[in-house]
Formats: sequence, C-alpha cells, structure tokens
Amino acid sequence: MTSTTTLHSSAGPAPALAGNDAGASAGFALGLPPRRALLPRPAWAALFALVLAIGIGVPFASLVLPASSPFHLSAYVLTLGGKFMCYAIAALALDLVWGYCGILSLGHGLFFALGGYGIGMYLMRSIGHDGVYGSDLPDFMVFLNWHALPWYWHGTQHLAYALALVVVVPALLAWTFGFFAFRSRVQGVYLSIITQALTYAAMLLFYRNETGFGGNNGFTDFKRIAGFSITHPGTRTVLFLLTFATLVLAFIAARAIVLSKLGRVVTAMRDSETRLMFLGYSPLAYKLFIWTLSAVLCAIAGALYVPQVGIVNPSEMSPANSIEMAIWVAVGGRGTLLGPIAGAVAVNGAKSLFTAYFAEYWLFFLGALFVIVPLVMPRGLAGLVETLLARVQGARAGARASTLIEGRSKS
Amino acid sequence: MMPSTDTPLDLHALSGTAAMSHVLTPGEIDVSHGTILYVEDVTVSFDGFRALDNLSLSLDAGELRCVIGPNGAGKTTMMDVVTGKTRPDHGKVFLGQTLDLTRMDEPTIARTGIGRKFQKPTVFEQHPVWENLELAMKTDKGWWASLRAQLTREAQQRIEATLETIGLAAQARRLAGELSHGQKQRLEIGMLLMQQPALLLLDEPAAGMTDDETMALAALLDRLRGTCSMLVVEHDMEFVAALAGEGGRVTVMAEGRVLADGTLDEVKRNDAVIESYLGR
Repeated sequence: MTSTTTLHSSAGPAPALAGNDAGASAGFALGLPPRRALLPRPAWAALFALVLAIGIGVPFASLVLPASSPFHLSAYVLTLGGKFMCYAIAALALDLVWGYCGILSLGHGLFFALGGYGIGMYLMRSIGHDGVYGSDLPDFMVFLNWHALPWYWHGTQHLAYALALVVVVPALLAWTFGFFAFRSRVQGVYLSIITQALTYAAMLLFYRNETGFGGNNGFTDFKRIAGFSITHPGTRTVLFLLTFATLVLAFIAARAIVLSKLGRVVTAMRDSETRLMFLGYSPLAYKLFIWTLSAVLCAIAGALYVPQVGIVNPSEMSPANSIEMAIWVAVGGRGTLLGPIAGAVAVNGAKSLFTAYFAEYWLFFLGALFVIVPLVMPRGLAGLVETLLARVQGARAGARASTLIEGRSKS
Repeated sequence: MMPSTDTPLDLHALSGTAAMSHVLTPGEIDVSHGTILYVEDVTVSFDGFRALDNLSLSLDAGELRCVIGPNGAGKTTMMDVVTGKTRPDHGKVFLGQTLDLTRMDEPTIARTGIGRKFQKPTVFEQHPVWENLELAMKTDKGWWASLRAQLTREAQQRIEATLETIGLAAQARRLAGELSHGQKQRLEIGMLLMQQPALLLLDEPAAGMTDDETMALAALLDRLRGTCSMLVVEHDMEFVAALAGEGGRVTVMAEGRVLADGTLDEVKRNDAVIESYLGR
C-alpha cells in the first residue's frame, strides 16, 4: 500500500500519455491483425475449386452430356440439389439468430414462404393467357369471380418489382415484429412461442381465398420465368447455379458478420445481455439487425425454392416446417456456419430416402433425431467433426512426440 | 496474483476522465459544483416493501466512498437506481449538474460514464479474455460502428496495458469462462477500466476473494483514485478500512436510508450504527 500512495499522488488529469502507454505494454503484445481474415488460404482455395467444379461441371452434365450417360444430371436431381441448397440457406439464416444471437425462432418458415409468395406472384402473372381460363387474371381469381387484380398485385408482372417485394416485405415484417418483441425484452421460450404463433396466424390468413393468394392451393402451374420456359433444362440449370451462388455469397457474408466486432457483441449478448447493456450497448439495434438480415436471407431462399419446385402454398407456413428448420441447425451444429448447411443437406437427404422407401417412418425418425442429437451430439455434426479432427491431431502429435523421444534416447 | 503494488503503472492510459472542464457539450458531465452524483429523496418499493426510503446522498467528483450496511439495507437497489435498472417511485438522480439519470436507459447511462461491477463476477465466458476487454472499450457502441470496427494498434495497446494492470496478460487468449473466481473479478474490473467511466459503482467487489486478492484489489482501487469517482458497497470491514483510510468518508445505510456518514472511526462510534449494524 505504501508504494501505491506515491503512484496515486502522481496521478491526475493529464494528457501526453502515448509514450507511457507504449511503455506499459512493452512486456506483452497481442499482435492481432485489425481484422481477421475471412477464410484461411486453403479454405479459399477449396471454395474456389468448388465454385469452378460446380460452375463448369453442372451445366456440362445437365446440358451437354446425353441423357443416356451415367453422369447426366436429370431434372429430378437438379431440382433436388437446388431444393437442398435453398434449405441450406434458410438453415444458415436461422443459425445467425439462434446460434449466434441466442434467439430461437420457430417462425422462420413464414419468411421463407413470404419470399416464395413474392416470386410466386410474378410467376403467376407471367403465365399470361396460357392458363385454363385464358384470362388476364390468374386462374384462381377467375375461379373466385374476381374481375380485377387486388391492389397489392399491381406491378407484380415485373420481375424486378417482385424481387424487391421478396426482400422488402419480409424485412418490414421482421423489423416491425422484432422491434416490439425485443423492445419489450421478450426472450427465450416466450419469443419462440410468439414466432410460432405468428407463422401459424399467417398460415390461417393465407388459407383464406379472400386474402388473394390462391387459398389452400397457393400458386402453381408456372409456365415461364424472365421469358424462359420454367421446365427447360437450361432454365433449371441457371436456377441451380443461382442458388449455389447465393449460398456461397450468404456463407461469405455470414462469415464476415460473425468475425466482425458486431459478431462478438452479438454472441456476448447471447451469453450475458445485462453485462453488455451496462457496457453501453443497446441490444435492440443489434438484435434487429441480425433478425431482419436473417429474415431476408430466409426469404431469398424461399424465392429461389419456388421456381424450382413449381409450387407454393400456405403449408409452407405450418409450424412443423419452421420446427424442422430448427432441427437442421441443431443437427448440423449451431453457432457454426458450415454446420447448418451440412445439417440441412443431411436431414433432407435422409427425408428423401425415407419418403422413397419407408415413408410412414419419417416422422418417427425426425422425432428421434430431435431427441437424440441434443443428447448425444450437443454440438451437432460440426462438433463431431471438430472432436474427430482434434483426436487425429492429438494422435499425430503424440506419435511425433514419441518418435522425438525415441530419437533422443538413441542418440 | 495481482500485479505487485510496486509495478510501474500508467493510470492515465486507463482513465479517461479529464472531463473537468467547464465548457460543456451535450451529454458531458458537469461537475462544476464539485459533485458528480446526486441522489435526492429516492423511494423504491417492491410490493409495498420500501427498499429505498427517501434516500439522499451525494458523491464528490474524484471521491472514493464506501457504503456499508446490513443485508436488505438497499445498497444494491441504490445501484440499480443509479444505473437505470430500477426506476424510482419518486426522487431525483443526477449525474453532475445536468444529467437526469431517471430518464435514461441502462446503455445510455453506461455510455454517459457510469461503470458497474456486479456482485457476482459477470464476464463473457465464451469469449477470450482480450475480447472481453475489447467489447468494454470506450468507443462508438452502435451496431453500424461495430460492424465496421477494426482492432487498431491503439486499441490493442490499451487492451495490453489493462491486461498488465489486472495481471491477466498470460491469460489473454484463454476463454474467460476458464478463469478462476478471483481472475474473473479482476477481468470485470479491467472491463470497467476499459470503459473509462467517470463514476464507478462496485457492488461487493471483494466477495469470494482470498485475503491476498482482497488487499491487492484495495491497492488497485487506491491507484485509481483521482482518475474516477468510486462508490464501493462492501461488507468486509478490513477492505473498507484499507480503502477509506483515516480521512475517507463512509456512508452507513439501513432500511433504505442513510443512517450515518463520516470517517470510518466516526461511524464506528455512532450510537445508531452500533445499534443497528455493528453490534456491541
């Protein structure tokens, strides 16, 4: 204590500390770069190779190779791959809010569906006079005896406008919902239940014919997109590549966000929101940013999904769909970026197998996954891979150490 | 564990409170009257129970004040009111002459210059030690700024200096969750230093620390004297004695109000205090 009094007496409001500052830290340096590299070099190389392989391989296999070739990509496989990638984008979006921000949304199916409906309106309009009734209006409106388009259908014949709707409508909805929910500090399971209720309410609304979105049939029988036949192999290939490009860009964007200081703030908020508030951060703005971004990403996935599968209806908004998304993320490993992508592909791959061979057991399998994964692999596939890698490295390091010791004892 | 008291230290790098000027900008703390915190006639009740009962106290700029009192005296509630966590039923709480704290939310109050140490150490357990300090650092805390933020050389130097002050340089890259209890307490204090507060509220900072750690903490707080005002709530009388010394003011709270006020010796001799708290 005696020596501190001298220090204390020398303390006071004073400028000119730069020199001192450096002196104080002379013994220890963090030596960190201003921003962390998005990906390590080998990962960039691998990603580049993957992009090249898909970008050249897929068009070649689907368009150039004859249908008789074993390497030919059929329309079925292309669509299936495209679908899986849409799910992967949605899982990535959900993981941003759940894995990194701690907000478990059980209503992301709503944003996915809204994106699908946004592009669906355009696809319905571009059927033109080729529908069953040969009318200016979409078939379901003729069927309902409507004589004019509802106001919110105006402008949807333009693809650009429909794409804007895909982004803007879910963004506005998510922002408004999030603003009120987060401002009232609704958290945890309560928030999950509200999001579930939200998507359920939207589903009921969209089931009504009067809402003007085709009721329980939704939109289907699409003919063309941007002037191209929607079933043409070329169109399918382009849609597949667009989805792949979106997935890659979404991954890189998510990675940039997660590695930024904002990413660190958001994970800190997940772990101790009170501490963060007393450090001067307003959680509301951070949550709204991640939440809205996630909703938009999910909507984009939905907008890519609908032209490939050819249908969108209110069952996309059913609570079960949103819960399934959470399972993809949990299986893949939340709080990682590759995990949810792998999880979405793995679970949906299993789903395709099950529905093809033993359809009646699918829901049992899904339920079992939901119970077993958190118990056996709490960190999902990503955690499993990490553990295995660590074990392999550990074994290698151990082997190296033992050879070193042997070498020494010999010499 | 703590850096030994004779380690040369740079305090100015840790404190940012050269805000004693009289030229005011909006949001700046006006201490022209020499007082940094006013709490006036503040009452807080929970379901009829008066946690604070017309509490009034004030804190001089640069002062280190110890607050003692039995459990349920309202010490933590008082901190909750000052930091915006609890709204008072009535009464005034001002930071300096101009800033009405009852009208601000917690993050705004924190950005204005009040740092708070919780009773239980609260650090971000999933983050490395250095990231805990980075998150606490005084800077623009909006989401857009965070998205674009870079870890500049200056920021790293401040983190490094603080790591040395709290004696955690060797643990810089470890997850905060792996630290011992005492190390977490020090990390949280380091985070408060990074915040460069004008006023520091410490709620039982020595709780759960060993005797050595407690004395090292007292030495650390003593070194901060003059760089920021401090309000320390504490039970440990030895710690209070070390902090207050002979001339420092000690406030005794009981049943939601101030029971006595003065040097440690004075309050120890106060009959009301002996009656309700210290015992004969």
